[in-house]
Amino acid sequence: MATLELDIGEDVAVGPVRRTGRLGMLFWMAVGWLVLVFAVAALASLLPLPSPTDMDMLERRAPPSAAHWLGTDGLGRDELSRLIYGAQISLVVGVCAPIIGLVIGGTLGMLAGYFRGRFETLVVGSMDVLLAFPPLILVLAIIAFLGQSVLNLTVILGVLGIPAFMRVARATTLTLSRREFVIAAQALGATHARILLRELLPNVLLPLLAFFLLGVAVTIVVEGSLSFLGFGVPPPISSWGSMIGEGRESLEVAARLAFLPAVAMFLTVLAFNLVGDTLRALTDPRQGAL
Amino acid sequence: MSELLSSASRDPLLRVDNLVVEYPVGGRVLHAVSGVSLEVARGETLGLVGESGCGKSTLGRAVLQLRRPTSGRVLFDGEDLTVMQGDALRKMRRRVQLIFQDPIASLNPRRRIGDIVAEPLVISGVKDPKQREQLVDDVLGEVGLDPAIVKGRLPHEFSGGQCQRICIARALVLNPEFIICDEPVSALDVSIRAQILNLLEDMKARFGLTLLFIAHDLAVVKAVSDRVAVMYLGRLCEVAPSQQLFANPAHPYTALLIEAIPVPDPDVRPAESVAVGEPPSPIAPPSGCRFRTRCPRADRRCADEMPELREVAPGQFAACHHPLIGTA
Amino acid sequence: MNEPVLLSVEDVSVDLPTPRGNLRAVDHVDLTIGAGRTLGVVGESGCGKTMLSRAILQLLPKKAKLSGRVMFDGQDLVRLDPERLRKLRGRSLAVVFQDPMTSLNPVLTIGTQLIETLQEHLELDLAAAKMRSIELLAAVGIPAPEQRLLQYPHQLSGGMRQRVAIAIALSCEPKLLIADEPTTALDVTIQAQILDLLAREQRRRHMAMIIITHDLGVVAGRTDEVAVMYAGRIVERAPTHDLFKKMRMPYTEALLAAIPKIDAAPHTPLPAISGRPPDPTRPIPGCSFSPRCRYTTELCRREKPPLAEAESPAHRFACFHPIGAAAVVPA
Repeated sequence: MATLELDIGEDVAVGPVRRTGRLGMLFWMAVGWLVLVFAVAALASLLPLPSPTDMDMLERRAPPSAAHWLGTDGLGRDELSRLIYGAQISLVVGVCAPIIGLVIGGTLGMLAGYFRGRFETLVVGSMDVLLAFPPLILVLAIIAFLGQSVLNLTVILGVLGIPAFMRVARATTLTLSRREFVIAAQALGATHARILLRELLPNVLLPLLAFFLLGVAVTIVVEGSLSFLGFGVPPPISSWGSMIGEGRESLEVAARLAFLPAVAMFLTVLAFNLVGDTLRALTDPRQGAL
Repeated sequence: MSELLSSASRDPLLRVDNLVVEYPVGGRVLHAVSGVSLEVARGETLGLVGESGCGKSTLGRAVLQLRRPTSGRVLFDGEDLTVMQGDALRKMRRRVQLIFQDPIASLNPRRRIGDIVAEPLVISGVKDPKQREQLVDDVLGEVGLDPAIVKGRLPHEFSGGQCQRICIARALVLNPEFIICDEPVSALDVSIRAQILNLLEDMKARFGLTLLFIAHDLAVVKAVSDRVAVMYLGRLCEVAPSQQLFANPAHPYTALLIEAIPVPDPDVRPAESVAVGEPPSPIAPPSGCRFRTRCPRADRRCADEMPELREVAPGQFAACHHPLIGTA
Repeated sequence: MNEPVLLSVEDVSVDLPTPRGNLRAVDHVDLTIGAGRTLGVVGESGCGKTMLSRAILQLLPKKAKLSGRVMFDGQDLVRLDPERLRKLRGRSLAVVFQDPMTSLNPVLTIGTQLIETLQEHLELDLAAAKMRSIELLAAVGIPAPEQRLLQYPHQLSGGMRQRVAIAIALSCEPKLLIADEPTTALDVTIQAQILDLLAREQRRRHMAMIIITHDLGVVAGRTDEVAVMYAGRIVERAPTHDLFKKMRMPYTEALLAAIPKIDAAPHTPLPAISGRPPDPTRPIPGCSFSPRCRYTTELCRREKPPLAEAESPAHRFACFHPIGAAAVVPA
């Protein structure tokens, strides 16, 4: 059988691996932006901001001033404040929905990939059924039935994300289950639960997390699109998407009303993508070499 | 059958009775192991040798019930493992351990060495962390690794040879009686191979182990085994004490294997290989003797009648109608 | 003994940048091989033998830095322009790799891969290329060659795939064949067949061959000369018979001793080499083998021994305390 060829770069010494900084400037800028957005969104109520719902009819579409740093929107509401409160919504939906997918989809995927057989067929089959529904129609139908709310939106988007997470978890689990260290654990008499939790989960978690971050990016855009169309979060709650939608009417007079939330969304989605990609790149080679 | 094998020992630690492992592959059946019977006496090392596809690894896993055999019995210390389930089987696992071919893949890349070697202790219910730590330190020392340096590290920081030592430590920490070594040195460099083989011999003496040593390299098998069993396409061809087997092989396949070994001596001309063709597929093994398609001595009888293992010389058993020694 | 030199590797070094620092994969290697001769390059994993073969073929990874010259048939391959190099590869310079499953394209049929090579280098038309392919497959011992042309690599066994890889390598009558661990992934009985095949074809075509392997047994009966590599350098090089019978380098001696012999009694402890292969990212000042060598002295740890001659210029070794001769004192 082939000898274990040492990959050039694979270390042989007993010393610990010190990875020279491969996380570039871009990565840290992305992290910085995310930290800023999260912090500001989380602390919104503590900041000295005018209320996002206070309408000042005399100051509609006002340009930036000392009182309103980014001006006001079509109904006289402070733009900066709306942007920050909008971030709250976008982030809440953007993060919580994929969490549903991660937890449920990840679990189903791991179990399916480990136990195989009829259980796997059942899981994969149901996911396929779920995927077969045109997602937009499904969302619209459920919203029409249950009503628009942040909770409903989050749950629906979360459920729609389950198949993707299931796939990632299952694929990783399938590869790992065949590796000798899992068989070694079985040979030691470990219970299934122990193998799943202590052997498989730590290895499946990283690729899932990397995928999760990408999922957040996608969800923010999806929620933004739905809100833009008016099917997302109900007014007066605003998210970046709905702000873009409302800003459409003022494009000639105050283009910033549409562009500011668009830029904010763009930067946030980009940041999530960058961090997610970097994480994936960091975890993959390690897995491959082993 | 039992009289033939009883010459091996009176009270074997492991006895495999007519083990069959078959599994479906794309609508057909793959005959990985087709009726193998063998015994391993306490304190003995039985080498199991054969080329890829002969079923030796499958046999090793089937013995441990990691792959349930299609039929046959596996008696470990008198108890039949094939009918054991759940807890009873788990308890049995502490007495029989397994070492794999790829040492790095045998270790969870996300766990520290200390945890990996302590895992068997945790699973078998050793509750006291201090006691566990002591046992782990002891066993790591036995395999030639410094626990202080090694315990906190991750597998990818170690070389193949070191990882194999860690795997051996993990296998030894519960003080098992029987270890199945599935190609433990095939993936290692020549210079490291010798170290690990010496280590295994050492550990065997120190812990009073019984070993089933599976490999495709005859010279390696000979170096560590008391008796050797040769396997081809799911069946045993020959079983004999090591020296005897290599000095006077009875089965033509054994002779072929021995001849094919590249000898590191320039004066020994490599014989023009007598080997004809390739091993047939285990999905459609030849009728009768499975080696007949490549055997220079094959005749009609070999195609019609499956040869059984019988004694052709004291202590030497071969499954052949026209063995190289003894009578037909 | 004076055949024309076909390949001359002159002071070749290969450096690879890695996250852990610079890796010197090949360290000032000199090698020559004459037309029609067989050279064995032996070493364990990480010794640089594969990088050396890639350096000869100019197939190094992009990040690698190569210094030195590789003179093949009068041309320096390092400085050759890519178009001429491409024409040379496959035609005069052929390779067989270790794992035929990855060296053959899994989505193309055997026939396509063979015919493609023939058409590219020999400019044969389809019918002629097909005929020649069938001849080649038969020559390498593949039964029913016409049917094989339509099969895919995964439908063949490992031994068969390697034969196909050899057929492709031989298809354009190369002057030099580099076989990089050609039988490591194969069973022992198939290994013997493949090695016989290579030897036979080499004799027939008067082809030079370099066999790269970790197995001293493979080179013992089948090569004219052997070079032993350790930590990126050639530590001993001699005609095969001399290497095995009159070796000088302790590493060669230790390597040979560590192989379990078929005629040794069971349970004889093997003389293992202590320690581990060196870390190529952390070179040490003295001889790379000194941490593991039985005969190490202070000198060995301080200075790198140069390649010196033994009784004949064809036999060179790098050691201050060679076995079987007086110590070499550096000038």
